[in-house]
Amino acid sequence: MSQDFRLDSVGLINRDKKLSFKFNGKKYFGYEGDTLASALLANGVHLVGRSFKYHRPRGFFGAGVDEPYAIVQLYRNNETEPNIKATEQELFEGLEAKSVNCWPSVNFDIGAINNFLKIFLPAGFYYKTFMWPKSFWYRIYEPFIRKAAGLGVASTKHDKERYEHKYEYCDLLIAGSGPSGLSSAYAAAKNGAKVILAEDKPRFGGSLLTDEVNIGNQSGKDWAEGIIAELKTMPNVVVKNRSQIFGYYDHNMLVMSEKVSDHLPKTKKYHPNKRLWYIRAKEVLISSGSIERPIVFGNNDTPGVMLSSAAKEYLKVYGVLVGKNPLIFTNNDSGYETAIEFQKHGVQPTVLDSRKNPESEIIDEAKSLGINIKNSYVVVAAQGYKKVKSADVASISDDKKQLGKIENIKCDCICVSGFWTPSIHLASQSGNKTKFKEEIDAFVPGTSKQQETTLGAANGVFSLEETLKTSFEKGRELSKKITDNDNEVSIPNVVEKKSSKHDKFWCVPLPAGKNYKRFLDFQNDVAVSDIEIALREGYRSIEHVKRYTTLGMATDQGKTSNLNGLQLVSEIENKVVPAVGHTTFRPPYTPISIGAIVGREVGKHSKPTRKSPMHSWHEKNNAVFVDAGVWLRPRYYKRGNENLFDGSKREAKNVRKNVGVCDVTTLGKIDIKGPDAAELLNRVYTNAWLKLPVGKARYGVMLREDGIVMDDGTTTRISENHYHMTTTTAQAANVLSHLEYYLQLVWPELNVNVVSTTEQWAGAAIAGPKSRDLLQKLFPNSDVSNEGLPFMGYMEGDLSGVEARIFRISFSGELAYEVNVESDYGNFMWEKIMEVGKEFNIQPYGTEALSTLRIEMGHVAGSELDGRTIPYDNALEGLVSKKKDFIGKRSLQRSAFTAEDRQRVVGVVPLDKQTSIPEGSHLVKDDKAPLPNPKLGHISASCWSVEYDNPFSLAILKDGKNMIGQKLFAMSPLKNKIIPVEIVSSHYVDPKGERVRS
Amino acid sequence: MLYIKCPHCGMRPQIEFSYGGDASVKRPELNKEISDQEWDDFVYNRKSLRGKHLELWQHLSGCRQWIKVERDTATHEIFKTFKANEEVA
Repeated sequence: MSQDFRLDSVGLINRDKKLSFKFNGKKYFGYEGDTLASALLANGVHLVGRSFKYHRPRGFFGAGVDEPYAIVQLYRNNETEPNIKATEQELFEGLEAKSVNCWPSVNFDIGAINNFLKIFLPAGFYYKTFMWPKSFWYRIYEPFIRKAAGLGVASTKHDKERYEHKYEYCDLLIAGSGPSGLSSAYAAAKNGAKVILAEDKPRFGGSLLTDEVNIGNQSGKDWAEGIIAELKTMPNVVVKNRSQIFGYYDHNMLVMSEKVSDHLPKTKKYHPNKRLWYIRAKEVLISSGSIERPIVFGNNDTPGVMLSSAAKEYLKVYGVLVGKNPLIFTNNDSGYETAIEFQKHGVQPTVLDSRKNPESEIIDEAKSLGINIKNSYVVVAAQGYKKVKSADVASISDDKKQLGKIENIKCDCICVSGFWTPSIHLASQSGNKTKFKEEIDAFVPGTSKQQETTLGAANGVFSLEETLKTSFEKGRELSKKITDNDNEVSIPNVVEKKSSKHDKFWCVPLPAGKNYKRFLDFQNDVAVSDIEIALREGYRSIEHVKRYTTLGMATDQGKTSNLNGLQLVSEIENKVVPAVGHTTFRPPYTPISIGAIVGREVGKHSKPTRKSPMHSWHEKNNAVFVDAGVWLRPRYYKRGNENLFDGSKREAKNVRKNVGVCDVTTLGKIDIKGPDAAELLNRVYTNAWLKLPVGKARYGVMLREDGIVMDDGTTTRISENHYHMTTTTAQAANVLSHLEYYLQLVWPELNVNVVSTTEQWAGAAIAGPKSRDLLQKLFPNSDVSNEGLPFMGYMEGDLSGVEARIFRISFSGELAYEVNVESDYGNFMWEKIMEVGKEFNIQPYGTEALSTLRIEMGHVAGSELDGRTIPYDNALEGLVSKKKDFIGKRSLQRSAFTAEDRQRVVGVVPLDKQTSIPEGSHLVKDDKAPLPNPKLGHISASCWSVEYDNPFSLAILKDGKNMIGQKLFAMSPLKNKIIPVEIVSSHYVDPKGERVRS
Repeated sequence: MLYIKCPHCGMRPQIEFSYGGDASVKRPELNKEISDQEWDDFVYNRKSLRGKHLELWQHLSGCRQWIKVERDTATHEIFKTFKANEEVA
């Protein structure tokens, strides 16, 4: 198969390696080094998609990141990715792509009827039309819009590709490897600075790959290759291609997305698909170049109309002719450069120049080559539907208002150059206030806000000689500041053709009687008429015009449309462009894969997983795990076909009857030491701590300054100035920070040290009437009798040679102990307990049984200490000292906190003693009351009481103190349940707390 | 992402820190009678400043020290950082 539009020898592609690929199901081939765009153009394919709103045929407009049209659905290695720019996607063997935005096919698109209905689809159409009636939105309008619009389709499968993040620090980060990037990198590298040079394209060199210039007696391309080769050998330099710096954030941090594998048929083993670099740079050099801007004319979106620089790039880099009968439409000398390339390769172009009498070296060369040039001429409209067939052209008056007689010339492509727009996105993102540069009709960076410098075309400097000079100097100067080295680098001679001034002309007037669409934003189908409507309807701010018309809001972010839009607004509003101002540039500069942003933090890696030292024992014994914060805890230990309900009931019953053991390693533990430790506790907890004797534990509640309960737990006095504090699993980290806050900032005079020991201790709670017998067997040398180790007592013991801490504390409400050993002995302890416990019918119990035990005892936990309750609400007011001050005490005087009918924890039992009450149910007085039914309280925790064999719940209820005995309804609209209930005491089992003291 | 100079550890990225609010707020002394208004001002009322703001940060994933940071809330510029016990000039 021959490629009709491929030249024989031109370009940087590898003609020895043919690659086959499919587009819309049809097979083609290209070469190694092609992009999907260049390979399609080589095969004469110009129709690649349909436009967003009118479904007009669309082709290729650019050759890189600025491409507004050629967005495809890519298929690679059994995966699919939407919205890939064909101009950026490198070709690989077996690549498959499809058009987006068209149905049933790109050649015949039903949505194109919108094109004929376009008078009904003006700016703001969606806002106006779909507003009414409101009820139509979800059922009719939204589905319709979604079907008609939309770009590609995201895969619904799990992404098998791997993405990674990398953090890097450097002296100079250089964005773009064109002439300014290369020279500043080189000068800085020679001074020993740590340099990162990033290029978004596969090839380094930027404009030097396509411009006919000579640097140091070599072609620009060869010079660039030499510099890159040398930079690559330097240990202080990192050069990265396929790497887009897309965001400039605070304090000189930039983010770069490196496409590691997209150019390959399949990601290599152990390689990521993309790598996201977070780079903190001392200095940033922005050498991102410029993007050619279009001239606006009728039907300027027809496939075959493209930027003249893109045509040149396809020719010089890929050896591809975008047409064989090209028409060049320009307002500056760049169009001539493209024309010269065509002419040199055997294709005769026609140049239309809007200027009257331009003169320059480039124009002279074009003339000497015999190129047909028409001055004061413009393209009025492209003709042709799926491809340019001809152009209506006309002469134009000096004031650019009057068109001459319209002629039609045959052509197969129209290459447009409306001069250049500096890529100021990164500079603007850094906070740089941009300024309008009259000579180039575009914005350039103004005063730097961060450590950033913009060089070359990105700074509006289009002379290569000047660019090289300033870039070498800047690279040297900035690196000298950092490294203190000052190595002179000789600036090479530059031979470039001088160009003449461009024409301040950007939009061709409509000829009388014609109503051509003249597009500004090609991806979002925003035409000149849409902006006119927006302004007519009173939108003035450019930010409003943008949102109303969606100008510049497509995935290309208006790289080719923003300035022309501004020109139009300024012309109609009769303001100068700088007065109109531009819209805000926000990262990312170009769309970035969500996968790259997420990196490796997916699935189970989305948070750390912490496991207790006994985890493998739990696994071996059929534990079913539950996430408790970052910890994995056994929820219950499954026996046979048992479900959660039966299993946890069995475990809880066994605790009440015999003895059970629960892994409590996850509880937060804080070691507190120092002569003022007791004073600290006394200020942090609501109860009194100064008189706690050595060898005793005490339960405490701590508040936030606003009076809300922060956490609870027991703290034990290990020795004179040494305490062991426990916190809930969830609040462990917050409590430590809380203590550090007061010790470091509020009461620095307190001589206390705190440190987290959560991971240093493994903990086992042994609970049940037989727990003392078990404990005695575990510690035969210790006296663990009720006298030797009373309730809230503490002692140290010897567990078969391992030092252990024994606390007589209880969460289950049973006679219970907690044994701690150093983490490494955790499993040893656990197995010992299970072995010795066998004769007492010990069973391990999980968090579900643990909850059941505490709920029926009326012990409050996280579901009651929910960040909204005060001590009174939790029936903990007895622990609030009246004598001393403590954190949050003053807040307890707030009138709402002392109200007579203040909410309070109560017990709730269903009247039928059968129906479990869903957690979160609302308690109401009248189940038939009209909605919203006044809420009296909510169910905070529910269980099946193993003591009474019926459901039991805790609730936080308004005026709970006086509600005991009342009959209410628990309503759960979520579960569609209305349950008649009775309010009882929260202490459902053992209300006097005798068991723990037995 | 901010780049914060911990006075104990040096320049560290923001992810190592947690924010702790206005550093100019002084906790009323313990056991002191104070009005509702004073207490409300301490617990709740904060100026949402635009511009220079002295604030607390904790170097959570580092030395765990609470530090004071003088930062511009509009531009994120950090002027100076102080140890917890350092007088702010």
